[in-house]
Amino acid sequence: MIELTIDGINTRAPEGTTVLEAAREMGIVIPTLCYHEGLSPYGACRVCIVEVVKDGGSSLEASCTLPVEEGQVILTNSEKVSKTRRVIMELLVSSCPNSKTLQDMAANMGINKVRFKIKDRGCILCGLCVRYCKEQMQSGGIGFVGRGTSRKVATAFDITPEECRNCGGCEWICPVCERACTAGSLVDGLCGGCQNLAPVETCPVCVGCSESVGPHGHRVY
Amino acid sequence: MKRLRSVAELEKLRARVARQRDPNRICIVTSVGTCGLARDADGVAQAISRTLSDLGLADTVDFRTTGCQGFCEIEPVVVIYPQRIVYQHVTPVDVPKIISESVVGGKVIKKLLYVDPSTGEKVTREQDIPFYSKQNRLVLDSNRLVDPHSIDDYLAIGGYSAVSKALFDMEPMEIIDEIRQAGLRGRGGGGFPTARKWEACRSAPSLDGVRYVICNADEGDPGAYMDRSLLEGNPHSVIEGMTIGAYAIGSHDGYVYVRHEYPLAVANLGIALEQAREYSLLGENILGSGFDFDIKISRGGGAFICGESTALMASLEGKIGEPRPKHVHTVTSGLNGKPSNLNNVETWANVPLIINNGADWYSGIGTEASKGTKIFSLVGKINNTGLVEVPMGITLREIIYDIGGGIPDGKRFKAVQTGGPSGGCIPESLIDLPVDFDRLTEAGSMMGSGGMIVMDEDTCMVDIARYFVKFLTEESCGKCVPCREGLDRMLDILVDITEGRGREEDIELLEELGVVIREASLCALGGTAPNPVLSTIRYFRDEYEAHIRDGRCPAGVCKALITFTIDEDKCTGCRVCARECPQAAISGEKKLLHTIDQDKCIKCGLCRDSCKFDAVTIS
Repeated sequence: MIELTIDGINTRAPEGTTVLEAAREMGIVIPTLCYHEGLSPYGACRVCIVEVVKDGGSSLEASCTLPVEEGQVILTNSEKVSKTRRVIMELLVSSCPNSKTLQDMAANMGINKVRFKIKDRGCILCGLCVRYCKEQMQSGGIGFVGRGTSRKVATAFDITPEECRNCGGCEWICPVCERACTAGSLVDGLCGGCQNLAPVETCPVCVGCSESVGPHGHRVY
Repeated sequence: MKRLRSVAELEKLRARVARQRDPNRICIVTSVGTCGLARDADGVAQAISRTLSDLGLADTVDFRTTGCQGFCEIEPVVVIYPQRIVYQHVTPVDVPKIISESVVGGKVIKKLLYVDPSTGEKVTREQDIPFYSKQNRLVLDSNRLVDPHSIDDYLAIGGYSAVSKALFDMEPMEIIDEIRQAGLRGRGGGGFPTARKWEACRSAPSLDGVRYVICNADEGDPGAYMDRSLLEGNPHSVIEGMTIGAYAIGSHDGYVYVRHEYPLAVANLGIALEQAREYSLLGENILGSGFDFDIKISRGGGAFICGESTALMASLEGKIGEPRPKHVHTVTSGLNGKPSNLNNVETWANVPLIINNGADWYSGIGTEASKGTKIFSLVGKINNTGLVEVPMGITLREIIYDIGGGIPDGKRFKAVQTGGPSGGCIPESLIDLPVDFDRLTEAGSMMGSGGMIVMDEDTCMVDIARYFVKFLTEESCGKCVPCREGLDRMLDILVDITEGRGREEDIELLEELGVVIREASLCALGGTAPNPVLSTIRYFRDEYEAHIRDGRCPAGVCKALITFTIDEDKCTGCRVCARECPQAAISGEKKLLHTIDQDKCIKCGLCRDSCKFDAVTIS
């Protein structure tokens, strides 16, 4: 077992687990988008970043790909983390404003305005569908094509390949196309109607509920 | 060619090659690297060999074609040994005269000599040209002595002696210690201590014992071509370095990952590999030592990101060239999941020098933490464009003014961008900064692979930041959000500023976004990509403010913010600008003041360039 400290709490985790898994085991909620328990970690959305304190300094790492290490000191919700995570969330919403999943997550972080140009790409390239197709269906019918902002998920030569069994798994796992936001007009990329943005009471003792976390702590239900 | 089965046979061959060469014999050298070829060096080379055979001189005068010798500004260049008389900008038409008057007649053709722009005097000998005399060319100097197609040329200058020393006189750990004491740091950008990497790769567990050594020749920075020139001009030095590294690490398989856009480098390296194999300097049982090692060439498809170690190895495996998190280092699990040691071309080329001359000699050059020399490609607004190799710790001023010859047309130096697109812009106030890995990083830039783009007063720093961010937006692999979307939005903001739509809060937003991209990106491309923006905001904030607040581009570059007008005191009514204008926007009678119709003007600047009286002004 590896001993590490997450948010000031000493904990132990088996070798080979990731910081995200260790934190979730403790009931600490770290938001994720490109992570799925049944798939290999990918580290693309960077929403799950945590602060790793080391040698008097600190760096940000994606917790879904970060293996636990002996003596590691992790902060999952420091000021640096939440500031950075909010900008990443803004970027995500601005590139996919019609996703209810993203709108909800952004609202939970207290974001009600996007400062960047809205460019609806309809996809955040989280790669869940690509990994689902390859790892769960052993198919590999879809993959990434292109690079930079031209990168997209596609089938080879844009033809439905024989490998595709029309399982629909790619659509099922997609965080943006499955739950399109129906709010209609989008002002600055966020309608704000998905979640209550008002300050809420915080739990006195965290019991690790799996509910969403807002900027002011866990919501009391 | 005969296979060499021992060091004695190698030395015998070297002695034979040396006997055939008389250092006092006349030898004509012309460089046919990519830069020379772009200016018809090939035609010059053909003319030389044709003229030599026409005049019956082929047996008495040697002729050698080499790779790039570094001074690209004066290409095509012909040098006559043993005096080292150098002729610049040679055309095939000049060749018969050079041979009849200079080679046979022993005279110097004044018209073709290099003119020192600072003194206006003609320089006859290559070693007296300030561009060369102020450098310390440990690695690059061999380029002028070696025909890349001739392994004998390389043997004649002592080539492959480091391999024989390493294989027969040194233990692998001794080699690693030597490299450690020499203080060699990776020349590809990161500056990671080479010996630490080698040792980590050597000691990493590998079940079947397979380890790889890889040469990173995926040089993609705009304006940087050090690695290309080394591979084109002296491929054997890289092969020798890799062989030594492989022996130290315990690897038998090497790869050179080289850009598809470097056809000459690929061709010359292929020939060199073939020749090394024929001499048994590569392959099984090298020089009878029992050590096996061979190198394969893998050509990259031109993605900038494939210069990143994990992306490069993914590409080598035939997968999409995108980086993975490096919590498990490539020295532990790299290519095909095996321990893999990746070094840049220039790093490998330094290795034989260290083995031959010793760590003390090498560590005597450079600064406390950065040893040896570094090759920079000095480009942009500079008189002497070319490759310069200088000891670490030299100041930017020495590179730009003493070697580079200063800024053309008497313009003022403004900034220098080091480290390629992900580097930063260093302003005039820091021109006395010593150049080494750590000092450049402190200044908000980086060593990178060695690009050095000089900018003068006519360069708009916001426009420069926009240019580099655009390059990086296109070259980002697109895997992680901060790099893909963050750079794209950064570009939007910069375009807005340069087109006059900047908002007061944009500078703060750029800084905030820049820090997020730097901190949260997956790989080093994103981790350094905001440098051009952050460093220009740090040193040239006033220019950003001028664009946003006053709608003014101080350097007169951003088209949306400038207007061309004609100064009535200076205009002579010569009609030159009116003839040049592609939009017919300039009107005026002969010998009378001309005016520019602002509605028609597309701000191409042709009128300004063509005016002999400086009458066209930008405001």
